[in-house]
Amino acid sequence: MAKLADWLRLVVLAGVAAVLAVPSFQAAAGVGLPKLERGKGEKCVEDTQFMRRNHMELLKHQRDDTMRKGIRTTKHSLKGCVECHAGSQSGSVAAGKDDFCMACHVYTGTRLDCWDCHATKPGKQSFFGTGAAAGQAAASPRNPAHNQGGGQ
Amino acid sequence: MSAPEKQETLQERREFLKAGAVVAGAGLASGVLVFGAAHSRPPEQAATADRRWGMLIDTKQCGDGCNDCVTACNTENGLDGKTGPQDSQWIRKLNIKDLRNGRVHELPMLCQHCEHPPCVDVCPTGASMKRADGIVLVDRHTCIGCRYCMMACPYKARSFVHEPLTEQNPEVPRGKGCVESCTFCVQRVDRDEQPACVEACNAKGHQAMIFGDLMDPESALSKALKSQASTEVRADLGLNTGVRYQGI
Repeated sequence: MAKLADWLRLVVLAGVAAVLAVPSFQAAAGVGLPKLERGKGEKCVEDTQFMRRNHMELLKHQRDDTMRKGIRTTKHSLKGCVECHAGSQSGSVAAGKDDFCMACHVYTGTRLDCWDCHATKPGKQSFFGTGAAAGQAAASPRNPAHNQGGGQ
Repeated sequence: MSAPEKQETLQERREFLKAGAVVAGAGLASGVLVFGAAHSRPPEQAATADRRWGMLIDTKQCGDGCNDCVTACNTENGLDGKTGPQDSQWIRKLNIKDLRNGRVHELPMLCQHCEHPPCVDVCPTGASMKRADGIVLVDRHTCIGCRYCMMACPYKARSFVHEPLTEQNPEVPRGKGCVESCTFCVQRVDRDEQPACVEACNAKGHQAMIFGDLMDPESALSKALKSQASTEVRADLGLNTGVRYQGI
């Protein structure tokens, strides 16, 4: 009798496990891992695995150093990230869900505030025409072709 | 002179000019380097209190109706140039009239980069801050948009961003919900350039603004302040402003 009870318990547990497993298996099959476009540079400023886990710490450290102390090293600067990782289609790191930042942040469901203030596209607007894309930007500081970066 | 001889002379002259250009170029480049060695702070080094950035504005030189400093500021910092009560203005041209005698003149008003800034005193989060070299800034990462600093500022120098922004200048992040004001173009100052307004004023030929280091007795600013009378706006408040005026 005791043996039958054990056997029944096993069957029930197996059934529950199967029921629980099905949706997660479906979810795993339905959502593919984010596909990231390769950056323009040779390699990232740090090891890729390190960047996956720690990019936010580096950015936070750099932001306080730059903002409060005026330290302007470029290795961990957000501007540097954008210049290298802006998408070839959108010209931006966060214009659509396939762009570099959004691909992972959409996948993990984490919202980021960086782009409320920071530019998502490389290039500089200047009154005097210094900087990389300044010649174009200075002539028309609000040039939509430059700013939206469509196609390029 | 025969034709081949003439040709030869021309060729010689060309060579001479070329050599001259090379020498002049080298001189220019070394001049830039000397300037760099004397003034620049390496990017990995923090700003220190050995310097205090300041400005002298000669309102007598300020052009009537000229708005170039404002336009330059707007372009450099990505402002839209609107002047409504809820729009961001980092530098404004003011018309001032002495009612007793009718004297009218113009001056640009911007953040005065006080030594004792009331906006920093009142900030509840520490977002409003004075950098070691005297530039007063808002750290948007910690600004909660309470606008207390705007009320505290006697110069009406600060603005609040009411609407979401896009297409910011990569060097000048700005966004909704934060207070902002003139930064002396800190991104330019950190690479040894002058603020956009000053450069525009000089480019126009008015030379009404001198920017420099108040701590360096050899700077053009210190020399001007030593040799000519200048005033602070609301000197009675004892804020020791970094921006001084002449002719008001």
